[in-house]
Amino acid sequence: MRFSLGRAALPIYAVLAFVYLLIPIAYTFVFSFNDTFKSNIVWRGFSFKNWLGVCNEQGVCEAFGNSILIGVVSTIIATALGTAIAIALVRYDFKFRSSVSLLLFLPMATPEIVLGAGLASQFFNMGAEKGLVTVIIAHVMFCLSFVVVTVKARVSSLDPALEEAGSDLYATPSKVFWKITFPLLMPGILAAALLSFALSFDDFIITNFNAGPLSTFPKFVYTAASKGIPAAANVVGSAVFLVAILIVVAVQVSSTIKERRLKAGK
Amino acid sequence: MAFAAFSSGSKTDYKAPRKQSVIVAMSLLLPGMVYLALFFITPLMSLVVTSLEVPDASGEIGRYQYGFEIANYWTVIETYWPHIIRSFTYALVATILSLLISYPLAYFIGIRARKWPLIQKLALALVIAPFFISFLLRTFAWKQLFSNESWIVTTLQEWHILAPDQYLVGTDFMVIFGLTYNFIPFMTLPLYTSLERLDLRLLEAGSDLYATPAKVFRKVTLPITMPGIISGTLMTFIPIAGDYINASRDFLGSSDTQMIGNVVESNFLRINDYPAASALSVLLMAAILALVVFYVRRSGTEDLL
Repeated sequence: MRFSLGRAALPIYAVLAFVYLLIPIAYTFVFSFNDTFKSNIVWRGFSFKNWLGVCNEQGVCEAFGNSILIGVVSTIIATALGTAIAIALVRYDFKFRSSVSLLLFLPMATPEIVLGAGLASQFFNMGAEKGLVTVIIAHVMFCLSFVVVTVKARVSSLDPALEEAGSDLYATPSKVFWKITFPLLMPGILAAALLSFALSFDDFIITNFNAGPLSTFPKFVYTAASKGIPAAANVVGSAVFLVAILIVVAVQVSSTIKERRLKAGK
Repeated sequence: MAFAAFSSGSKTDYKAPRKQSVIVAMSLLLPGMVYLALFFITPLMSLVVTSLEVPDASGEIGRYQYGFEIANYWTVIETYWPHIIRSFTYALVATILSLLISYPLAYFIGIRARKWPLIQKLALALVIAPFFISFLLRTFAWKQLFSNESWIVTTLQEWHILAPDQYLVGTDFMVIFGLTYNFIPFMTLPLYTSLERLDLRLLEAGSDLYATPAKVFRKVTLPITMPGIISGTLMTFIPIAGDYINASRDFLGSSDTQMIGNVVESNFLRINDYPAASALSVLLMAAILALVVFYVRRSGTEDLL
């Protein structure tokens, strides 16, 4: 095939677009290794000191710990509630189906600032103290719809013949669920949990309205931004990025291996 | 819709007969629905109630009592109309820019890269990669790269594109740049989902019938991928209109770039003017809802989830 500029233009464009998307990530990563003195603005040389002494920066590790705790607890609650709704939506017949869909869609279509201010005004009117509990309540609320959408796709792709086979062999409905349905749904539930954790961990706007004095990692970065973000924040951000990439690669590799095995078995 | 792109579900959907057990259906649905009623619907109503409140009789700052002061809305519109117009202008420009940037990219991943599944997977991972690093750190990185002493700004000044005393951080350009960058994945993913499903034989049929590539694109590709364009523009426009990080003074903005979000934040968390913050939030929500309804009606995309 002859080389044509027309056909090469699109791949070249795509590469440029990826460079553009990755620039801030590369910047954050590189400046986590800066040999900083007072501020992390000018490159002063390579050093591991920010990585080794990440907790020496006041407040970073505490904020990070809070974010992990909030992420884990809200993910567990949102995934449980959302999975149940997804199963009901695909497999059960009930009235008010369109109202349920609307109620699930609306939180995703509402700007975060409205969700944040709304909850904050409710907590204020109730006289509730802002802190860990109010942040978790908020995070479960905005993660729920995303869990439903993700798990629903998995439930729809599940062959009902497998469950019928189970009940034909005299398994009780609960046994069919735990031995057949649930294991088959697991990849979808895991994907939903990861998405939910990522959304919770990175949320700033809603958290800022409902956290009161509680610090989270994004809140720490926001507060620090006025005087310049310390290198320790770059370290935490880069480390989280690396872990997330590892998880994505592991999931992709294991699904590719499974596909190959299935094909080889045929 | 758009979010299906996040999950790696298989492509075949089974149409099983739906079970009739009302008790099981209700016990699966109720906990989540009650949760949303308590922590999504009630807060929205609380926002409406708060937006109509009047200062407390005691005159204490930050205390309000129940009222029915519709005039609050006129006051915030009168005071903050530049912020309202600015927010929607930024959101419109940034949404159009991210559509223009994302479409060719999504076209490459969804159509051109089909022959190479590995490249396709890698490309998708690169599109969502920015999600894995803190939104605030990404935005701050751009601030540093475009700071007044950065080589980008000094070079532009040397080339006389910028005047010697002209900078980028704090300008409309910078805020729109940041908004566009941050929400590109939300545009690219739904576009990719609809392009990936496109039957290539339709494009072949078009060119077999002597249509120019431009005409094939306009008459076949574009109409078929319209659902992706619609969900992509909604998924970017809505969060951009409510964003306040990019426009904040500590990130890419200045006092001249404040958006609705910045006003709501300062009224709610700093000045404690809850009625004004709530009234602005209700206005923003109403505008977005009107937009969603209009869009969905026009395009007929009725199944929202």
